[in-house]
Amino acid sequence: MSKRDGFIDITDVICPITFVKAKIAMEELTSGEILEVRMNDGEPIQNVPRSFKDEGHKVIDVIKNEDGTFTVFIEKDGL
Amino acid sequence: MKFTNEQMERYSRNIILNEVGVKGQIKLLESKVLIVGTGGLGAPAALYLAAAGVGTIGLVDADAVDLSNLQRQIIHSTTKVGKPKVASGREAINDLNPDVNVVTYQEWVSSANITDIIKDEDYDFIIDGTDNFPAKFLINDACVLLHKPFSHAGIIKFFGQTMTYVPGQGPCYRCVFLNPPPPNTVPTCKEAGVLGVMGGIIGTVQATEAVKYLLGIGELLTGRLLVFDALEMEFRTVTLASRKNCVVCGENPTLKDLIDYEQRACEL
Repeated sequence: MSKRDGFIDITDVICPITFVKAKIAMEELTSGEILEVRMNDGEPIQNVPRSFKDEGHKVIDVIKNEDGTFTVFIEKDGL
Repeated sequence: MKFTNEQMERYSRNIILNEVGVKGQIKLLESKVLIVGTGGLGAPAALYLAAAGVGTIGLVDADAVDLSNLQRQIIHSTTKVGKPKVASGREAINDLNPDVNVVTYQEWVSSANITDIIKDEDYDFIIDGTDNFPAKFLINDACVLLHKPFSHAGIIKFFGQTMTYVPGQGPCYRCVFLNPPPPNTVPTCKEAGVLGVMGGIIGTVQATEAVKYLLGIGELLTGRLLVFDALEMEFRTVTLASRKNCVVCGENPTLKDLIDYEQRACEL
């Protein structure tokens, strides 16, 4: 999974700014485009993908990185 | 526009809301709200609108802060007694949220200045936070004539009421109340007293209506009067209809010039 239209790293902020930062990045894409989000384990990985689903976006892939972070691919308005 | 990290954090609880989001927050930052009266109603309304990030807030009030105001006018404080209310309000808003551009008008509204004040920044929404009938009818008529939405409210003792006017979407204040009561038939809040929280509750409803209007979300109090009784702790809404023969918003309006009714303000 390498196709992406936007990328945001939210490992530098904590909840709930994690989702806000990711949401602002998503805002710049158009329907069907894919946002890649790098996030920490714990609260972010538990909450951010779910929050995106609640807003109608589709989580299409989740990759666990070697450094303990996660990379999540989300399709805008995919649900 | 791009959010700074600070704005992202400041407005995070707004942006998280699906109904607000990034676009809604930008809309709020680009919006302009005029608050007439920086007293019991205007104080909380101004603070919440500033906190929400409404980009331009106009404050109209000719008065200075009085010690007896502080029981309810929470935008002012003890060190501001004697200062013009609009200056005190601007300082409080700047302290709360430096993103907000505060425009002050240290004057009472009248037929001579209200149109210019509303047009000054081409305000998107007007909040009536005044304490007297002449001003309330004046604000109504000016908003109807200028096609501007506004929130009416009044508080006294343990009672409060509020309704929202949006052009073409229901009655105006005059449809409901026709004319001011004769001078000296109704006590002012100075004579009758008012529980401090009344401004907080009703003024905050006004701020809620402004934010909803600006974002285009939810159901406004158009065609409905919200009535609050704090002693019974009861809210109810009364459905209101437009009057076809309303002199200002009806089918054949005859009121084209603003009226200055008699009776000067008490200090809300």
